[in-house]
Amino acid sequence: MTQNTELLRIEELVLYFNSLQGPVQAVDGVNFSLDSNRAVVILGESGCGKSSLAKAILRLLPRNAGTYSGRIYLDGQDVMLFTEEEFRQNIRWASISMVPQAAMNALNPVIRVGEQVAEPAIVHLGVDKAGAISLVRKMFQHVGVPDDFISRYPFELSGGMRQRVAIAMALVTSPNLIILDEPTSALDVLTQANIFNVLKRLKKELGISFILITHDIATSSELADDVAVMYAGQIVEVSDAHRFFDGPQHPYSKKLLASVPRLHGDSEPEFITGRPPSLINLPKGCRFSDRCPSRFEKCVEDPPVIEADGRKVKCWLYS
Amino acid sequence: MSASLAKAVENKEDLRKVLLSIDDLHVWFELRKFGFGHAGYVKAVDGVTFDVHRGETIAVVGESGCGKSSLMKTILGLYKPTKGEIIFDDKNLKDLDTKGMHWYHSHVGYVQQDPYGALPSFMNVKRILEEPLIIGGVKDKEERNQRIRKALEEVKMSPVDDFLPKYPHMLSGGQQQRVVIARAMIMEPKFLVADEPVSMLDASVRVEILKLLRGLQELHHLSVIYITHDLSTVSYFSERIFVMYAGNLVEKAKVRQVLDNPLHPYTVALLTGTSEPDAKNADTYKEIPPGEPPSLVKPPPGCRFHPRCSKAIKGLCEIKEPPDFEPEPGHLVACWLYEK
Repeated sequence: MTQNTELLRIEELVLYFNSLQGPVQAVDGVNFSLDSNRAVVILGESGCGKSSLAKAILRLLPRNAGTYSGRIYLDGQDVMLFTEEEFRQNIRWASISMVPQAAMNALNPVIRVGEQVAEPAIVHLGVDKAGAISLVRKMFQHVGVPDDFISRYPFELSGGMRQRVAIAMALVTSPNLIILDEPTSALDVLTQANIFNVLKRLKKELGISFILITHDIATSSELADDVAVMYAGQIVEVSDAHRFFDGPQHPYSKKLLASVPRLHGDSEPEFITGRPPSLINLPKGCRFSDRCPSRFEKCVEDPPVIEADGRKVKCWLYS
Repeated sequence: MSASLAKAVENKEDLRKVLLSIDDLHVWFELRKFGFGHAGYVKAVDGVTFDVHRGETIAVVGESGCGKSSLMKTILGLYKPTKGEIIFDDKNLKDLDTKGMHWYHSHVGYVQQDPYGALPSFMNVKRILEEPLIIGGVKDKEERNQRIRKALEEVKMSPVDDFLPKYPHMLSGGQQQRVVIARAMIMEPKFLVADEPVSMLDASVRVEILKLLRGLQELHHLSVIYITHDLSTVSYFSERIFVMYAGNLVEKAKVRQVLDNPLHPYTVALLTGTSEPDAKNADTYKEIPPGEPPSLVKPPPGCRFHPRCSKAIKGLCEIKEPPDFEPEPGHLVACWLYEK
């Protein structure tokens, strides 16, 4: 195995949104790192802040964003110090690109898909249109879209093909890192499996790293090298995929994995009682403690992150 | 004591009875050119035959565009079949008049896919649940209130008084789906059609709702058709699976038979495509049949799966449509590979 170098390191990333009731603490002190040519999966239920984390990394902040702080090191450089213009020119889509949630439905219906995919290349790489189209042709080959689709309109493509086009659009500037936000949640089983085959091939052939954001635990294992579990704005567990799927540590991860229905075997899936806390009025101490089966006296205090064997878990049980 | 015993015996006898029988059902939609000229048919359901017994749960599995929603809507009486019969409780739907359809609708409950879209945003929970009772002719206000309370308790929305005045947007996704289920159950139907009832929900809530549905099914001895594209949830909810592809049912068998020994190449592909959480998945590619499901306007001749099938037999599969074969008892498969 070759030695991987660190591509991205995130330290104490915070993103709050302003609301009438007070700040919404969507991303609250997130730490993780990603080596090049690896894929990390961010798992969590809806409303846990995982999509906001993606937006925070790419600095795609909505108008009501409040506190935004922390450090994001890309190839050792702290990109949080960049001005908005530097960030746009050098980072967003040039080094890190993204396939947003439901991207396949966000394609412009009156522009041919080839031209839409070419646009980031024209803007960021400064190539002319003909050059960009030839780049698009290459990208379409990578993601498995036939050549003649370049001059088609989005409505002429099936859901799976449109999703591939959205991936090609993220790929065309040859970034080192692609953030995928629920890339297959609206697709059929076979199309889903096909898209994951494409992503695996991209990782192997082009050496791209991925951050995969999803709530679908079963399909996330198709791409994962590492897993980070997010709950109520915080990362509660980080582990390599093999040890995570064999035996998660945090009580929330355990419950989450037990809730996945299996095709074979007789084990009944379980559900997690209660609801995640509101991100406005967060409970003191461990945020999962209300729903946790192994809660004890210490859980009223905020648990530390305990690191052992390269795995991290934010839970008093392991201190 | 003896009364409940008698009821148990009656229930057991009930089990052998067929509640819903569907025979050679075709649902075609006409395509028109410029608004009037005939331009062919969309053959959404093309020759589907099956029986549902009392108290039995059945899963219809297929990808989007395979016709499973058209099948469901025809069973609900929302579409008229082009050809074929639907017989419910020994009555043919064709012969029912308006009053008869009223009777039919009060015996068939419908759980929609998207709870937020299915609940009217301007009605509170009480009003949502009262509506079917008013339409169903329950005149006594006190009785209506009692039935609403009972329905909400059955879907475990307690304390009931807290939820009655709430509007859909004040409820979480799981709670909204519970209201949808309560609404489907309020007329005490014999039969429930659940169209992807959990696909819009979070993984942890999904299991909760499925367990709730199964509890209701057992308690009321309901027959259920569960429509889904997700094979992994099927084994917790149904006794038999029907796999649907391009308007046809290609495999019909008990759940364990299909999951442990799938016969039709399409079912095999669906099972391969379904992931289980396992880190080893990341190291291998999946073998997925090429192409996409065919257009239902001009489906391929012969077996509809043959253009994507790696085991297709030349000179047979693309010419003759396969009938149902029964390679093992109770396991029907429409595929020439199993011709005896």
